[in-house]
Amino acid sequence: MPVMSYIDAVTLALKEEMERDSKVFVLGEDVGVRGGVFRATVGLYEQFGEDRVLDTPLTESAIVGVAIGAAAYGLRPVAEMQFADFIMPAVNQIISEASKLRYRSNGNWECPLVIRAPYGGGVHGALYHSQSVEKIFTGVPGLKIVMPASPYDVKGLLKAAIRDNDPVLFFEHKRCYRAIKEEVPLEDYTVPIGKAAVKREGTDVTVISYGLTLHYSLEAAKSLEQEGIDVHVLDLRTLVPLDKEAILEATAKTGKVLIIHEDNKTGGFAGEVASVIAEEAFFELDAPIRRLCGPDVPAMPYSPILEKEFMLTPEKIATAIRELAEF
Amino acid sequence: MATDILMPQLGESVTEGTISRWLKQPGDTISKYEPICEVETDKVVAEVPAVVEGVLKEIVVSEGETVEVGTLIARIGEVGQVNSEQEVQMISSPSETKKKEDAVQEKEDSMKHRYSPAVLRLAQEHQIDLAQIKGSGAGGRITRKDVMRVIEQGNSQPEAVSTPDVESPITLHKESKAPERKEENPSIAQRKGTKPSTLALENGDIEVPVTAVRRTIANRMVMSVHEAPHAWLMMEADVTGLVSLRNRLKGEFLQREGVPLSFVPFFIKAVVDSLKEYPQLNSVWANDKIILKKRINISIAVSTEESLFVPVIHDADEKSILGLAKDVHRLAQKARSGKLELSDMQGGTFTVNNTGSFGSIASGPIINHPQAAILSFESIAKRPMVQNDAIAIRDMMNLCMSIDHRILDGYLAGKFLSRVKERLESYHPDVQI
Repeated sequence: MPVMSYIDAVTLALKEEMERDSKVFVLGEDVGVRGGVFRATVGLYEQFGEDRVLDTPLTESAIVGVAIGAAAYGLRPVAEMQFADFIMPAVNQIISEASKLRYRSNGNWECPLVIRAPYGGGVHGALYHSQSVEKIFTGVPGLKIVMPASPYDVKGLLKAAIRDNDPVLFFEHKRCYRAIKEEVPLEDYTVPIGKAAVKREGTDVTVISYGLTLHYSLEAAKSLEQEGIDVHVLDLRTLVPLDKEAILEATAKTGKVLIIHEDNKTGGFAGEVASVIAEEAFFELDAPIRRLCGPDVPAMPYSPILEKEFMLTPEKIATAIRELAEF
Repeated sequence: MATDILMPQLGESVTEGTISRWLKQPGDTISKYEPICEVETDKVVAEVPAVVEGVLKEIVVSEGETVEVGTLIARIGEVGQVNSEQEVQMISSPSETKKKEDAVQEKEDSMKHRYSPAVLRLAQEHQIDLAQIKGSGAGGRITRKDVMRVIEQGNSQPEAVSTPDVESPITLHKESKAPERKEENPSIAQRKGTKPSTLALENGDIEVPVTAVRRTIANRMVMSVHEAPHAWLMMEADVTGLVSLRNRLKGEFLQREGVPLSFVPFFIKAVVDSLKEYPQLNSVWANDKIILKKRINISIAVSTEESLFVPVIHDADEKSILGLAKDVHRLAQKARSGKLELSDMQGGTFTVNNTGSFGSIASGPIINHPQAAILSFESIAKRPMVQNDAIAIRDMMNLCMSIDHRILDGYLAGKFLSRVKERLESYHPDVQI
């Protein structure tokens, strides 16, 4: 089983799905000849040609609008937003059209659409290349939102997303693209959407996270081993539909829950997870539910020092876990 | 040279004891046989006397801790043996360090009574008294893990710590009782320890510390009332004949036998003879069966200023009024001077209560667990009574009995009590005893 990076897993999943099903095609800015600015679609243009690997104008509303039309027509488009920050012009298409197509047609039409978008900071991308945008969509019924943390899950979940008959937003943390590597099978497999995964068993504090901060959490958990603090780590993997059962189970493991994401705290998805726990696992709680999130500032600062301040780190996470363990 | 003080064996089948109170602190001078601490077992509360005179050097087992028989609990050093080593020890003696700890603890206890939902739920599900748990969390908070630890400990040593005051005659049936016991006494802490009160003190209120004996009384009363559904009945007896008889005999009796002749031996005799007729009253509830006891051992309630003891006259059915009088006198003396031994306390099958001695005319006694009934003899008073359609002045007394309604019904209890009454009424001044 070859070891591959997060982004290679993206490419592999796309390639395999395009080989498997001729209805699958990709479209986006520079995805074709250039192979994508992050090289996620590298080689696809050469293998599948310009009819199935479309370079589009710099118009996200059109990329998604065209994709919705194609999906309604029966194709399986995978639209790429070059950066999640640029998804804003397409929000109307996603929220007003894609999410509602099945519902408003009384189930006669479906929208098997995947929108891939690299998100997140820590890459010196500053204001317009660092945002986390999931909270804009998590409260919109009709969308599925997948946010994998590891190459294995990337491949399995992206394939599951492409085969899903409803619109899926597939958010890829760009800091993970080259930094996270693991063994990924070359065989065909999928990872079910809507299932969280326990990444580490522990008895003192439960950490619930996704994306880059999931890896930082695991690092923090490892460093806290020496202090005798035993951390339980749950990777949500999918935000919508949310694996409530896994959350409640993980809560019951320790009674102390820390929810971590890079997106800013106010209105962030941690609030939703915390609400689920408060509503359904109140009598399991041994401490107030804690959130560790990005600060409520308008955007990722350009200054490297301030960016470092903005980003979560294993150290910051370890401190938060320690506090909760001592509570 | 220091002498080791070990946890004594307080009765057969007793394997461990809890230090309920240290009467001496390190540094205190102790004379030989002076009690140094109170030890509580399932069966008895006793004081541990010093085997030598000297100075209490060190307390090894602190209050509330339960240890096995034979465990080192303290060390006594010789008087005047104040060497440098001891001085050092005195400075850092437990009481000193305790004070320091207390000061620190005060600050760190701010969260002690802030319970999380998980902690409250677990405590409720496993019937754990949170006041008994030391919190390991911030500000002394009791964490979920602390509670889980107590639950695990409770489960790992159920029998040794959860045998209640089952007296030796019915240990045979422990097995059938065991499952229920476990639920009743899930945690060591809950059963053994004192439960700090949450009641607020007002100005002028005085706090009286609860002694080990008082606590034992409290626990047993609660257990009895909680377990046995009490039913109560009262009958009136005309004891004019008995009063005359005793008046005739008492002076001579005291002179001849050296012990006073009270009414109690007559009461016991009437009870014992009636128990022979109705053995159901001389029984014990054992969940899946009722055990009718062969031996008739009468517990007699003896009060002191602050305590109540219930020593036992064994095989009371084999004794005469004289024998009973001597036993009553002996046990009362022992109880009042705090010299009751374990064997004096064990094996009772029925309790006789002389409430008349302090002027009561009616009482609702609590059954001496696990017996079937308790009978109070109230005070004797002259009253105008109708006799042969004329008013006569008679010595009257009430008999008040509580029964465990699981074992007995009113019918049988009434018949038994009637027989006791008849026996007491049958005495007249010329009876030979």
